[in-house]
Amino acid sequence: MARITAGVGCSHVPAIGVAMDTGKTHEAYWKPVFDGFKKSREWMEKQNPDIIFLVYNDHCTAFDASCIPTFSLGCAAEFKPADEGWGPRPVPIVKNHQKMASHIAQSLILDEFDLTIMNEMEVDHGLTVPLSVMYGDIGPKDEWPALVIPLCVNVVQYPPPTGNRCYNLGKAVRRAIESYDEDLNVVIFGTGGMSHQLQYKRAGLINSEWDTNFLNLMTEDPVAASKISHLEYLRETGSEGIEMVMWHVMRGALNEEVTEVHRHYHVPASNTAVGHIILENNI
Amino acid sequence: MTKKEYNDIPGTFVFDADRSREGYHLNQFCISLRLQENREAFNNDEHTYLDSYPMTPEQREAVVKRDWNLLLELGGNIYYTAKLAANDGINFQDLAGRMTGMGVDAYREMMLNGGRPIQGNRTNSEWEKN
Repeated sequence: MARITAGVGCSHVPAIGVAMDTGKTHEAYWKPVFDGFKKSREWMEKQNPDIIFLVYNDHCTAFDASCIPTFSLGCAAEFKPADEGWGPRPVPIVKNHQKMASHIAQSLILDEFDLTIMNEMEVDHGLTVPLSVMYGDIGPKDEWPALVIPLCVNVVQYPPPTGNRCYNLGKAVRRAIESYDEDLNVVIFGTGGMSHQLQYKRAGLINSEWDTNFLNLMTEDPVAASKISHLEYLRETGSEGIEMVMWHVMRGALNEEVTEVHRHYHVPASNTAVGHIILENNI
Repeated sequence: MTKKEYNDIPGTFVFDADRSREGYHLNQFCISLRLQENREAFNNDEHTYLDSYPMTPEQREAVVKRDWNLLLELGGNIYYTAKLAANDGINFQDLAGRMTGMGVDAYREMMLNGGRPIQGNRTNSEWEKN
C-alpha cells in the first residue's frame, strides 16, 4: 500500500527561484536562505520519495480571474513550468503519477471534497520553487527525482478555504493515498507563506514571533493551528500570509504526533519571511 | 451585507468578491501580459491593445500612468498588477518600494532589517494616531 511518511512545510518565494536560476545562491543576501536547506537536501536524498503530493497556489498564471476553483487536483500526465511574465523557469517538466492522481480525485470526491479536476495545467513558482529548494539545482534536461501530484488551492481571491477545511482535506488525502494499492513512499508538501504582504502601503510586513509560534503549532498542536481565523492571518501576517492555510492540508495528512527533524526560518527573501519545517510520521 | 472586519487593517486591500467584480477587466488585461506575444503587442501600441479590455476610464488611465496604488484602489489585485510591472522590468520588491512610497532603496533596507514590524500596524486607529 502507498503510505505518507513525512510532511514538508516550505515558502515558495519566486525570487528564490530566480536566485537559483541566475546562480546567485552564494551571494551574501541569499546564502543564509539556502544554507537552511542543506540539511533538507540530504534528508530528501535519504528519504527518496516516489511521489510528492504538493499543495500550492497558482499566482494568476494557470488560472485567470474567469475561473477560480477553491481546490483543483492536477490529473494531467505532465505539467510544464509556465511563463509568469518573465519567461518560464529553466527546470524540468513536472511528471505526474497519473493513475494515482485519478484514484485520489475519485476518493476525495466520494469523501465529500468537491474538487476541480485539471487535465491540462501549467505550473508556476508556487510549485517549482519548493521542488528546487528541496532538491537543489536540476536543469531543464534532467528529471525531477520524484513524480508530483499537484493540489492547487485558491488563496488569491478572498476567502480561501478555512484552515479547518484544509486540515480535514489533508486527512481525506491520507485516506485516499493509503487506499492505493501500490507500494509507494509519499511525502506531502504544504507551501506558501510565511508572513508577507506584497501590496499597498503596508507592504513589507513581517511578524517573526507569529511565524515562530505557527511553526511550533505545526509540530505540537495542529488542531489549534487549523483553527486560526482568516482575519488573524490577514492582520498579523500580511495579506499574502494567508497562504499558510495550505500548510494545514500537509499537516492533516500526518499523524497527530510527529517528529520535527528540521526547521529553518529567515528574513528576508524579497518581501517575505522564509519558513521551512520537516515533520516525520512516527511509525 | 456582512461587515468586513478586514477593512480595519491599515494600508491593505483584501481582494474579495466585490473587488474582484470591480477589477475584472483590469485584472484580465494584466494577466494577458503573462504571454510574450501579448507583451509585444501591448508594448508596440498600448492604446490599441487596451481597447480590447472594457475597463473603466479611471482604470485605463491608471494603467497608462502606471499608478500602482490607484490600480489596487480600483479593484486590481497585486498578482495581476505585478504582470504589468514585470512587463516594465519591475519586480515584486521594487513594486512594493513604489507602493509604500518609501522608494526602492529604503524599502529594501527595511526588509534587510527584519521588515515592517507588526507593532503599530494592526488597525486603522493605530495609523491614524501617527
